Amino acid sequence: MNLLQALPIAMLGALLGLDVVSFPQAMISRPIVAATAAGAFIGNPTSGLLIGVVLEMIALDTLPFGASRYPEWGSASVVGGALFAAHPVGMPGALPASMLAALLTASISGWSMVVLRRIIASRLERTRDRIEDGSREALLSLHLSGMSMDLLRGALVTITAMMVFAPLVRAIVAVWGSDSAPSRAIVVIIAAVVAGGALWKVYHSVRGVLWFFLAGLVTWAVLLAAR
Amino acid sequence: MTAPTARPLNLPVRVRAAMFFRLLALQGSWNYETLNGTGIGFAIEPALRYLPGGVGGPAYRAALARESRYFNAHPYLAGVAVGALTRAELEGVEAARIERFRTALAGPLGSVGDRLVWASWLPFCSVVAIGIFGAGGSPLAVVGTFLLLYNAGHLLLRAWGLRIGLSRGLNVASALGNPVLRQGPQYIACAAALVAGVALPLALQRVAGPGRALAGAIIAAAFLGILLLARLRERAEGWRIALGVLAVFVLYSVIT
Repeated sequence: MNLLQALPIAMLGALLGLDVVSFPQAMISRPIVAATAAGAFIGNPTSGLLIGVVLEMIALDTLPFGASRYPEWGSASVVGGALFAAHPVGMPGALPASMLAALLTASISGWSMVVLRRIIASRLERTRDRIEDGSREALLSLHLSGMSMDLLRGALVTITAMMVFAPLVRAIVAVWGSDSAPSRAIVVIIAAVVAGGALWKVYHSVRGVLWFFLAGLVTWAVLLAAR
Repeated sequence: MTAPTARPLNLPVRVRAAMFFRLLALQGSWNYETLNGTGIGFAIEPALRYLPGGVGGPAYRAALARESRYFNAHPYLAGVAVGALTRAELEGVEAARIERFRTALAGPLGSVGDRLVWASWLPFCSVVAIGIFGAGGSPLAVVGTFLLLYNAGHLLLRAWGLRIGLSRGLNVASALGNPVLRQGPQYIACAAALVAGVALPLALQRVAGPGRALAGAIIAAAFLGILLLARLRERAEGWRIALGVLAVFVLYSVIT
């Protein structure tokens, strides 16, 4: 993948990265949306959705509470969706390798958000006197530059990740030694464990919640038997 | 000191619309010094132009400086603060009282919002979308349902917050006793758990693909893993474990 090919994906990553915190927080940055959108960009929304669902399950573990540090899923899911959708359906290794790329990108992108917040804080420090004096221009400048930098951050993370991971994932898939079924099984187990653990972490204090979950499992078992 | 009243605030619709739109960008300058304080100033600014002396006047400058200081709230519920503070500023409530109000309101708006949105509504919408995928839904159906469902709650909450803040001013605290905010998370959690029980296995079946050769092993491994993570709770970050396991598996599959 060259720079020109990665540019449209980078623009998508920038827009969806912006949604995570800055604007409009409509959750178009959630993996289930972002990876599907990236897959559609490549011409394969179904593959984008598949990896998006798996990443969404893992993302349930990192809800964006207050000032906590968390992975940034918007740009990362665009990277994962684009990488996976670029491979033919059923190619062994494509899903785990693309997922690994997405998780690494999410981690790095989360760190880039921390850096951005520090940059905004240092800009604030430089303009503090003017803002304390009630300067409209200083406040608007700080706010709009923060959003612009966030947009740029998402684009840079996405394009860098695509340039690094696209050839890497292709190389991994080319020498992949495991069969397709066990490869998918590992991914399924990881997603199930993280999603189950995440939901328990969030809901364990709610009275009776386990019974509701078990009722859902019974419904699934009935559906399975009816098929 | 001017006492807050229940009379309607004379603020044009376009100003309210501008404030609502700016609320969507509340966290554009989020930082570790003022958290979303500068965002509150950014969102409230269109209304402050109606203070005596207009833009750049002493009242405007003092209010803008005051409203841009440290503040922390859940972004979707920050509208409650923006509305209430707007009313207080336009009614000429004394500065010290406004600052006390800001300090008192920040904590509850953060914790209530976190419980309702991040810990309830978002996971619920996620598992509903995952369930639609598991049931064989198309990309458009899955993504469309998620975005419509999530944003119905999201935008309603933002709009309600701004409206209630503008109408009640400094008396807005009682609005946080709204049954949806107090009891909502509990009901949504139960609904999410029920949906998750059906949705997660359905979706994982579709990801695993046809064939049941490894079904027993997958179910057993997933069950044991969930038990382990549930015991560890906050001591373990699931996504980091996922990253580590995946990295080892990819390495193994490349070198064998």
